[in-house]
Amino acid sequence: MIPVDLPIIWAFIIAFAVFVYVVMDGFDLGLGILFPLFPEKRDRDVIMNSVAPVWDGNETWLVLGGGGLMAAFPLAYAVLMPALYTPMIAMLLGLVFRGVAFEFRWRTTKARNRWDIAFFGGSLLATLAQGIALGAILQGVHVAGRSYAGGWWDWLTPFSILTGVSLVIGYSLLGATWLVMKTEGELRDRAYHLSWIFLLAMLGAIGAVSIATPFLHVQYTQRWFDWPNVLLTAQVPIAVAAITALLLRSLANKYDYQPFFLTLALFALSYAGLGISMYPYIVPQSITIWQAAAPENAQLFMLVGVAGLIPLILGYTAWAYWVFRGKVKPESGYH
Amino acid sequence: MFEGWDAVVLARAQFAFTMSFHIIFPAFSIGLASYLAVLEALWLATGREVYINLFNYWLKIFAVAFAMGVVSGIVMSYQFGTNWSAFSDKTGPVIGPLMAYEVLTAFFLEAGFLGVMLFGLNRVGPKLHFLATLMVAIGTLISAFWILSANSWMQTPTGHTVNEAGQFIAADWLKVIFNPSFPYRLVHMVLAAYLTTALVVGAVGAWHLLRDRHLAGPRVMFSMAMWMATLVAPIQILAGDQHGLNTLEHQPVKIMAMEGHFESHKDGAPLILFGLPNQSAGRVDYAVEVPKLGSLILKHSTDAPMAGLNTVPRENWPPVAITFWSFRIMVGMGLLMLALGMFSLLMRILGKLYDSRLLHLFAVAMAPAGFIAVLAGWITTEVGRQPFTVYGLLRTAESASPLAAPAVASSLIAFIIVYFAVFAAGVIYLLRLMAAPPHPGEEGPSHEVPIRTAGITPAAGVTAEGAAR
Repeated sequence: MIPVDLPIIWAFIIAFAVFVYVVMDGFDLGLGILFPLFPEKRDRDVIMNSVAPVWDGNETWLVLGGGGLMAAFPLAYAVLMPALYTPMIAMLLGLVFRGVAFEFRWRTTKARNRWDIAFFGGSLLATLAQGIALGAILQGVHVAGRSYAGGWWDWLTPFSILTGVSLVIGYSLLGATWLVMKTEGELRDRAYHLSWIFLLAMLGAIGAVSIATPFLHVQYTQRWFDWPNVLLTAQVPIAVAAITALLLRSLANKYDYQPFFLTLALFALSYAGLGISMYPYIVPQSITIWQAAAPENAQLFMLVGVAGLIPLILGYTAWAYWVFRGKVKPESGYH
Repeated sequence: MFEGWDAVVLARAQFAFTMSFHIIFPAFSIGLASYLAVLEALWLATGREVYINLFNYWLKIFAVAFAMGVVSGIVMSYQFGTNWSAFSDKTGPVIGPLMAYEVLTAFFLEAGFLGVMLFGLNRVGPKLHFLATLMVAIGTLISAFWILSANSWMQTPTGHTVNEAGQFIAADWLKVIFNPSFPYRLVHMVLAAYLTTALVVGAVGAWHLLRDRHLAGPRVMFSMAMWMATLVAPIQILAGDQHGLNTLEHQPVKIMAMEGHFESHKDGAPLILFGLPNQSAGRVDYAVEVPKLGSLILKHSTDAPMAGLNTVPRENWPPVAITFWSFRIMVGMGLLMLALGMFSLLMRILGKLYDSRLLHLFAVAMAPAGFIAVLAGWITTEVGRQPFTVYGLLRTAESASPLAAPAVASSLIAFIIVYFAVFAAGVIYLLRLMAAPPHPGEEGPSHEVPIRTAGITPAAGVTAEGAAR
């Protein structure tokens, strides 16, 4: 048998699940954040309808990310979750509010506004919490033995606030470009306008996080700037610049599909940058992928399922998106 | 604030609270998904309008209940890490993969086809739509399979070893998955879910029959639900009995707590019907008991000896009063379900199924019985497993996260406020949907084009859709 490095494979699988989650739930959380900017009921109905058939599937990737982490890297799960206690609970409660709002807002006229606020507030809270969690992981947590050894406010730093706000901006951009793709007329015009604003803000956020990260740990600085690493790592900012240029062009030319997919590319590059910083740690500077890995037989047992099922899942998920493809038409008379 | 509190007790309270809210929704949606698949199959087979009306009626209710199940379920999947990190570290290599398989084989299947099931009838046509409904229904059952396997392994762990880091490691995956209590628990829970749904469907049908006994939809749903109660309630009691015997074999201490057997009985244990278990004194106060019946039920012999909690070190006792009472509540609900099933069978034979107000009132009153039984049953089995998370091997006190009490107290309060606010609203919306009778031309939950297939046969639905393109 060829020797395979299972923990590396699993690190990529978990990273893939989290990335799919970020881009898929990212745009529908972004729509929630943008909700107050679209006060008209008609627009809100269209926005909701554009994601109602798929949001549940999008969130399932979050469950896979968490469940997969527990199964494949139980030590990392056991250290990170208590370290991120407050942001995690805040995220879960935020997701409760926005998740039920999808159904509840259609079941009441009197309290619809309340569920619209819940949709916005829940989306914002969940996004902020996810961004803060990311920052808190990057800056590292205090570990003793096999468990978290810090306090319950350790996660709160200027850096984690920065990553929290950055993610809010990023998801808003995803949401705005999704609307460009899925809507028509005046609603789409406003989505273009918002895309411009959030793209500029996103570039600022990427810049700020990129500048701040090397100051967290000297290892991050070495990883990015040491010769010959820099030959490889420099490709990331270069690619960001190229994608940005394409994105600006697509917005200027009012393309329908390109802005969304180019934004996804921007997310992918930021995510790759994150991976470059973190590797080979799963809890930065404390626990490596190999130290956290579950025993081989657990990782192998799940790998069989993942190899067979992920392609199938991607297949029927794509089918569901295909069924609800195209622009969402504002239909009157039903609700 | 909360500095003096016990963080582990708070974490247990939080898990119990969030779990109790969560279990209500899957218990309902497992059964309802299957019921919807049956309704759609009947519609496709017969073309009768009443079935698609009922389908669309219950689909709207399903959408709301399912959303609540999803959001409360995501909370559960992260709470293992946030509040039970030591447990996660130690058992992750064994139950983690089971839950990962649940996500891969069930959650994605449900979520992937849910959108088409809820909103897609017009877009994909009746046959593909039925496939979507079927996938969602199968998904709920696969989900029950994996999560109950994981839970059962915590109750009756087999097929594992322990490594030098103190982690459980699977030695034989088949023995882990099909651990001794799993088949019994799976059957018992799935039947419970079906009964829970049937009782809700029956109560809604009865509610509308009480107002107008000629309504077609309520007649059909009431009849279907009462068949379920008639046929499944006795099977469930049998399954419960078998599950109990399995527990006696693998978790005898739990049975001692359920029965209130503090004392050992050499020649036949009594069945304590009611009483007040007194844990500190080690006896049941004011016990009303039937001599030798306990041994007859559990050992199928009146004189079989049965050991009591006095043979077990006190630090390994579960909380007896909770286990004792929750078990009796569950059994009581089960007996009431059996009574409803038999009463409805009698009325059906007499040709009065749609006319007996007494039966309809009984059915309405039984609406929450399934939920109460499910909750009570889960409390029995989970509290009866205490003071362990992995039975006999890992103590609850050694499973918790290293969190300070104020952190857990704050999150517990937040969960209580949010869950009561959000899920109370959801239940009101559900009741509102149920309060209106299903009517001809019933529409599904679609937020866009009204479903035009309603009121016509499947074949015509396809034609109409073809013409619309």
